[in-house]
Amino acid sequence: MTRIPLLRLVATLLLISQMQLGFAANSYEDASKLFKQGNYPGALEKIEAVITANPRDARARFLKGLILTEQNKPAEAIKVFTSLTEDYPELPEPYNNLAVLYASQGQYDKARKSLEMAIRTHPSYAIAHENLGDVYAKMASEAYDKALQLDRGNAAAQTKLAMIKDLFSGSVVPGKGSPEPIAEPGGAATAPSTSTVPVKPAVPPKADSDAVLAAVNGWAKAWSHKNADDYLGYYAPSFQVPGGEARANWEATRRDRIMKPKQIEVTVGSPKVSFEADGRAVVKFRQGYKSDTLDTSGAKTLTLVKNNERWQIIQERMN
Amino acid sequence: MSARYYQAGSRQTLLQGLVAVVAAGATYAWSMSITPPPALRELKSSEAMLVRALLDIGDSKFTSAFDHINNVLAVNPNFRLAQLVKGDLLLARTRAINSIGNPSGGSVEQVAGLRDEARARLMRSQFERSADLVPRYLLQLPQYEKFALVLDSTKSTLFVFENTGTGASYVADYYVSIGKNGLEKLREGDKRTPIGVYNVVSQLPKERLSDFYGTGAYPLSYPNEWDRIRGRDGHGIWLHGTPRDTYSRPPRASDGCIVLNNEDLEKLSAKLQIGSTPVIIADSIEWVKPDEVATLRADLAVAIESWRHDWESRNTDSYLRHYSKQFNSNGLNFSQWAAQKRQVNAAKGWIKVQVSDMSLLLYPGKQQMAVATFAQDYASSNLSNRMLKRQYWIREDNTWRILLEGAG
Repeated sequence: MTRIPLLRLVATLLLISQMQLGFAANSYEDASKLFKQGNYPGALEKIEAVITANPRDARARFLKGLILTEQNKPAEAIKVFTSLTEDYPELPEPYNNLAVLYASQGQYDKARKSLEMAIRTHPSYAIAHENLGDVYAKMASEAYDKALQLDRGNAAAQTKLAMIKDLFSGSVVPGKGSPEPIAEPGGAATAPSTSTVPVKPAVPPKADSDAVLAAVNGWAKAWSHKNADDYLGYYAPSFQVPGGEARANWEATRRDRIMKPKQIEVTVGSPKVSFEADGRAVVKFRQGYKSDTLDTSGAKTLTLVKNNERWQIIQERMN
Repeated sequence: MSARYYQAGSRQTLLQGLVAVVAAGATYAWSMSITPPPALRELKSSEAMLVRALLDIGDSKFTSAFDHINNVLAVNPNFRLAQLVKGDLLLARTRAINSIGNPSGGSVEQVAGLRDEARARLMRSQFERSADLVPRYLLQLPQYEKFALVLDSTKSTLFVFENTGTGASYVADYYVSIGKNGLEKLREGDKRTPIGVYNVVSQLPKERLSDFYGTGAYPLSYPNEWDRIRGRDGHGIWLHGTPRDTYSRPPRASDGCIVLNNEDLEKLSAKLQIGSTPVIIADSIEWVKPDEVATLRADLAVAIESWRHDWESRNTDSYLRHYSKQFNSNGLNFSQWAAQKRQVNAAKGWIKVQVSDMSLLLYPGKQQMAVATFAQDYASSNLSNRMLKRQYWIREDNTWRILLEGAG
């Protein structure tokens, strides 16, 4: 198995550009249309005109990067995306695409750093996470090859950059110049798009929605019953431990917190379930917590994944 | 593609795998997860960094572990074990892994070898040599002998001791690989390393060595007199380096040679005296108080002096009682050889024997045996000579007796 897993190139940038001139906007739409038709030279010409008129137009520069990528001009595409990361460091998409380009050249460490930047700006950015996983796997494979002196040929040459033709939305809507991570990945599915790209809404199937709610209720019940084993069983092996703490430490702390009070009552108030494009479920609810020493409530967001037919928590957040 | 997150869970299992790997081969109690090691010995830099990375993994300090591994690889990109651990650290971010070494390709044997190396290097880092103990074997070194080497196969370690004139003093130790099938070489091609007392006999010219032997090769005196009498064969047991494409080899990797990494071999070679430096190969070194070594040395010295004195006395019966009934000399058994000695001694008007530059080395293993190597000045009414003599003394019925004797 030497073929690199397909890295996902983000093909749209959901940018609310505050300086859209009517002329430029029309030209952008034209360029985007030509791009989708596969007329890359035509698209490039149009987009260059847009950029000349408005050099800070991030959306146009992003499209230029995509066009150059399609034209198999990685060095030029890298330049475009790099300058975007410099001018708009809060946007994860240019970092992601930069990473894909680096990976296609076998520069996995650079790819890793770019993806980590994308995730730093937007911790819930699913595509960057997936791509990072692939880059780690590829780097691991390289290290193993060196460990065992396996000659698998030039890995970089075998790298095939996969463009996503079926354009889909990025998972976040970056605010204007806002460095704040977007805390609600669930919102992405219905984010308004300013581009011509159709956003496929994720419709949660009823059965799944029920199963997710059942899991959340079960989790609250296990907690209320002070059944630490049951409670911890609701957390996936891939659960993102807050603060990057070791799982074992976190579990020990949780056990302690669960066992200490004589009595606990945890309630799940007005839960709302939504699904992300990759199938993850996001549940927002009002968490009530009452023990012999404490009585609080607050907004909580749980993100769950389906592992072997069981919904388990991979992320937990107090809002 | 389920690979998405740093997985806290997988870190945990990696740790458990590591501990399992270590525990499986550990011959002494040691736990990686409970406490930091008492005192991480100052190991050679690359090895020390690798060990720190492994210990960090045990403590779930993955970022630090990754940094250490990258530091190792920046200096020695051909350190295969470090590459393997790097692969694990990366893979652990994409899925749960349970042990050291999870490549999708490569042979099971290769991965097993690298796991063994991880275990050996961890154990080396954990071994604390008590400063007041010495190996039991170095009873006495002659003044000209500057250093002696003692190999402990269970610790994959070659210790270097300096002859201080009053005893042996620890200088350095190096990770080594030995034969694929371990110790106790018997036959040609059995891929084993001999147990015993040997010397560095020569140095092979670098320009005639293939890359496989690294930066140098020093043949040892296997098979020695004791090996030959027991019918042990094979040859070509060398101390040598590593090929360019690897920093080190697994603990059991050679055809019987003792393999060091090139850096270590270079340091060691400066200390070797061609034709003399003793190399004692043991399964597991017996560390004892210097007093015990002194007692053994005194005991043996008395026996040797008594043998010398009785030879000068020309009292053949007294002289012969220093020889074992198992004695063998150039194919003559004890009684054949005794008859010959009686004849020779009877013809002498006088005999003078002087011994000097005495080397006394205890043989590793169960049998009580020592190798005495010395300069012998022999003068008599009709013959004189000077030779390097080697005797193998064994302890029978609480008495040291000579089992083998010949030119050293």
